[in-house]
Amino acid sequence: MNIPVMILGMALINLAIRWPVYLFANHFRFPPLIERALAFVPVAVLTAIIVPTVLYPDDKTLDVSWHNPSLLAAVLAAVVGRVTKNLFATIGIGMVAYLLLRWLLPA
Amino acid sequence: MNALADHAGTTRSRGAEFALGLRDTLPLMMGSIAFGVIFGTLATAAGLSPWATMTMSLFVFSGSAQFIAVLLLGSSAGLWVVWFATLVLNLRHLLYAATLVDEVRHLSQAWRFPLAAFLTDETFAVMERRYRLQGGGRNAHWYYAASCIGMYVNWQFWTVVGITVGSEYPDIKNWGLQFAMVVSFIGIVMPLLNSRPYWAATVVAGVISVIANPLPYKLGLMLGALAGIAVGLALDLKQRGLQPAAEIQP
Repeated sequence: MNIPVMILGMALINLAIRWPVYLFANHFRFPPLIERALAFVPVAVLTAIIVPTVLYPDDKTLDVSWHNPSLLAAVLAAVVGRVTKNLFATIGIGMVAYLLLRWLLPA
Repeated sequence: MNALADHAGTTRSRGAEFALGLRDTLPLMMGSIAFGVIFGTLATAAGLSPWATMTMSLFVFSGSAQFIAVLLLGSSAGLWVVWFATLVLNLRHLLYAATLVDEVRHLSQAWRFPLAAFLTDETFAVMERRYRLQGGGRNAHWYYAASCIGMYVNWQFWTVVGITVGSEYPDIKNWGLQFAMVVSFIGIVMPLLNSRPYWAATVVAGVISVIANPLPYKLGLMLGALAGIAVGLALDLKQRGLQPAAEIQP
């Protein structure tokens, strides 16, 4: 495979996805229905990144059990996030819980 | 407006915005350390030269696409497969740009280009939260720039570490640093769940993305996200009295 061409193509594709919306921002507005739909982008996309990462710890096998430290720590972080609405508390407590659980739980 | 909103963002200096943007991106920079090191290590192990590996991090700057490219290098896949994977993997960035565009519309093209080119999952998450809680503000783009630069420099640095000493520390992927990204995203999503459409969007996105996870090119992520957005929108329109056309006129 031609590596420089591969990398150049990947770089251009990434730009072609990320740039046009900002580039043409002055001449273009999304229709109201799309604007309403975009309000759901953060929760939908971030959740679709988080949940498989947590439930497929090795990216191949689904693990919905009490032996999965990611699952327990993620549930705890979700509760902390919901109750405190404090990002740094959520990150701190979730991370400490995850590292402790990985150490405590038998693999 | 959100009860947590404080509009201090409207009056901050460039330096203050920049410092805050870096601070708020720090947990996500930590979360991508392991990915950078693993990428550098894997790419070298897959036979990519150090220069090619570094060029990829510098110009592609997309962890998921870079991983797929290295994975496909080992197989006999062609250029088009790598490019197709890059396209599908990163389509979600189109949604990110569409979500944030109202906040950058007033900026010059010279600002908008880097803010678009450096828009990652992490910077999107940080910026969405910032604009929601504090609004835009005169120098908000310095906050955005700090988040981009933080993620970019961090990615380059840990790629170099992966290339140079990655093979000596193959264990770093087992340190659990990646989990910082998960808890950061959880901390951003949970306060957003303030009505049934948002809960529904989250539950549907989570369930579909898990069911569809075995699909190649992380298509499950995109399917889950689109299903969540569709269900959230449908419930939202229904709550507004089944009169979408009348309700959503600008």
